[in-house]
Amino acid sequence: MPAKFWNGQKAIWETTSIDGLKTMEPDLVIQMYRSMLTIRLFEEKAKQLYQSGEIAGAIHLSIGQEAVAVGVCSALRLDDAVFSTHRGHGHLIAKGGHLPAMMAELMGRQTGCSHGCGGSMHMFEPQVGFMGGNGIVGGGLTLALGAAFAAQYRGLDGIAVVFFGDGAAQQGTFHEALNLAALWKLPYLAVCENNQYAATTPFAAAVPTADIAPRAAGYGIPGIVVDGNDCLAVYRAAAAAVERARAGDGPTLLECKTYRVEPHCGIIADRRPKEELERWGQPDRDPLEHLRREGGLSDSVISAVRHDVEAELETAVAFARGSPYPDPAAFLQEHANT
Amino acid sequence: MRMLQYIQAINEALHEEMARDASVFVIGEDVDQNGGVFKTTQGLVERFGARRVRGTPISESAFAGLATGAAMSGLRPVVEFMYFDFVSVAMDPLVNQMAKIAGMSGGQLQVPVTVRAQTGARTREAAQHSQSLEAWFLHTPGFKVVMPATSYDAKGLLKSAIRDNGPVLYIENRLLYHETESVPDGEWTTPLGVAEVVREGRDITVVAIGYARKLALAAAQALEGTASVEVIDPRSLAPLDLATILSSVSKTGRLVVVHDAPASCGFGAEIVRRVVAQGFDLLDAEPLVVGSAHVPMPFSPPLEDACLPSTASLTAAIHKIINR
Ligand SMILES: Cc1ncc(C[n+]2csc(CCOP(=O)(O)OP(=O)(O)O)c2C)c(N)n1
Ligand SMILES: [Mg+2]
Repeated sequence: MPAKFWNGQKAIWETTSIDGLKTMEPDLVIQMYRSMLTIRLFEEKAKQLYQSGEIAGAIHLSIGQEAVAVGVCSALRLDDAVFSTHRGHGHLIAKGGHLPAMMAELMGRQTGCSHGCGGSMHMFEPQVGFMGGNGIVGGGLTLALGAAFAAQYRGLDGIAVVFFGDGAAQQGTFHEALNLAALWKLPYLAVCENNQYAATTPFAAAVPTADIAPRAAGYGIPGIVVDGNDCLAVYRAAAAAVERARAGDGPTLLECKTYRVEPHCGIIADRRPKEELERWGQPDRDPLEHLRREGGLSDSVISAVRHDVEAELETAVAFARGSPYPDPAAFLQEHANT
Repeated sequence: MRMLQYIQAINEALHEEMARDASVFVIGEDVDQNGGVFKTTQGLVERFGARRVRGTPISESAFAGLATGAAMSGLRPVVEFMYFDFVSVAMDPLVNQMAKIAGMSGGQLQVPVTVRAQTGARTREAAQHSQSLEAWFLHTPGFKVVMPATSYDAKGLLKSAIRDNGPVLYIENRLLYHETESVPDGEWTTPLGVAEVVREGRDITVVAIGYARKLALAAAQALEGTASVEVIDPRSLAPLDLATILSSVSKTGRLVVVHDAPASCGFGAEIVRRVVAQGFDLLDAEPLVVGSAHVPMPFSPPLEDACLPSTASLTAAIHKIINR
């Protein structure tokens, strides 16, 4: 894999060491902020294009959950593998995804990151270690075992991360995967994005306990709960888990408490209590605001970053709009066989 | 030439492919315990070590998913399902993940996994240990499906499956494990998508897969003097060598397909569909499928026997078509 982000940006591990990160270098904080803002603006744009009909199908937005994707992926190297979910735009952006190719994929174009075959739920960008979204809730948990296994098999120190929702934690794959990862001490990090709902079902209607993380004890591995809207807290917890995995000490279950600000997906009505939505919409709950404050980012830095990101997104949308649709005949020629 | 048992053929292919390619590893229940339940993986862990021969907990979903992710990461897993029936607890990783990742990623990722699944009926193991589920996978874009019926193909197809760059379901039959036949010296592979004309004949074409190949040969023998039966073993069900079947039907004008799976919505029905679509004018009589009864396979020996195709039921079907 080329050890470079698509846009020539320096990878985090090139600019600083794990030790340095404990003191949170200003550059890293800016990069994290930039990455979160990219997710936020990318998804706001996608929502708009979805509503206007330029994007078809179903899209699941992660607005409000940006700190989980960015906190975790900031602790990773480019060659670490990430397995994502149906709500995965943020994970790919945080891993260094190519925005024009992502936007083109949402619009079903040939230049999309899955050449128009995947769409929102099945983006793939193996060049940056993004091994795919997943339309099956809980599907990624066992796939990530394989990437972790491959690293261990080859004697490399890469790791595999799987993101999954609070709802996915009730799938059988959760148990099978964590048991096997712990048994074989795989370099595996399971990140539960607990956004408190699975589609329209509240967490408490699906889970008899307050948290998912304590289940880790059943597998003899660490289980950690962290404020998923605090990017630096997520980062610190993830970095420790990554270090543990790289050292050969096995997997960690990291539960990030967060909240999905948007409806479950474009086509499902939102019936959550108004007070709850308002509470989570407050600036003190907003992960970007939180990082701005804690990282001491100045207004001028913020507006420079925003300016950059907006320009990048404009380029991405223009690229997608200008890209051709895939050719059905060529597609069938290449993929259909009996 | 030398004599080779079907089960040894599987074992030799695993040994040779693991020696040939360091990215090949074997994973499944008991595969590292004295060769596993059916002894197909004998000697592998001693020779290649526990790193490459991974006995697992009883977690089919986990190891099928793991194999998928490992293949996406450049390894070449060989997954063993102790019984074909047990794929049912791993259908998400097999069908939604393994089979689809190459397509969903627009061809960016390859998933070179071999899924070995052991099947068989007539062993009085009843409904959950007797199924031939090949049709589920033939119906799933993304899978190749092979079904060796001889030692030669058991070895040759397994080698081709392991070297293939996509998911291949390799269905082996436990009733054939101890069949012995003469094979050539040296190395061979059986290419995917090439049928074998097992026996030439003029009056009727019998397409037989897996264990049914034995039934077809026995029926052909029994009918000697009455009818001249051509027997074709496709060996590879997907991709399918339809050309060989069509050219046989163009000669005989009659077709029977026989397999252990239920006749409804099965591989035989698909062969008939394709032959009718592409060779309707070649047919002198209606094509038939001989398969098992559409019931959960019963335990009691007379019941099980009555539900499965036999030399007698196949011979009767051939008679019916010939005497039309
Ligand atoms: C196996 C499976 N069951 C059901 C669905 C339909 N579905 C899509 S997303 C979703 C909710 C998932 O909740 P959670 O895991 O908490 O993730 P979130 O959507 O909150 O990010 C459901 C039920 C599915 N895609 N896959
Ligand atoms: Mg949720």
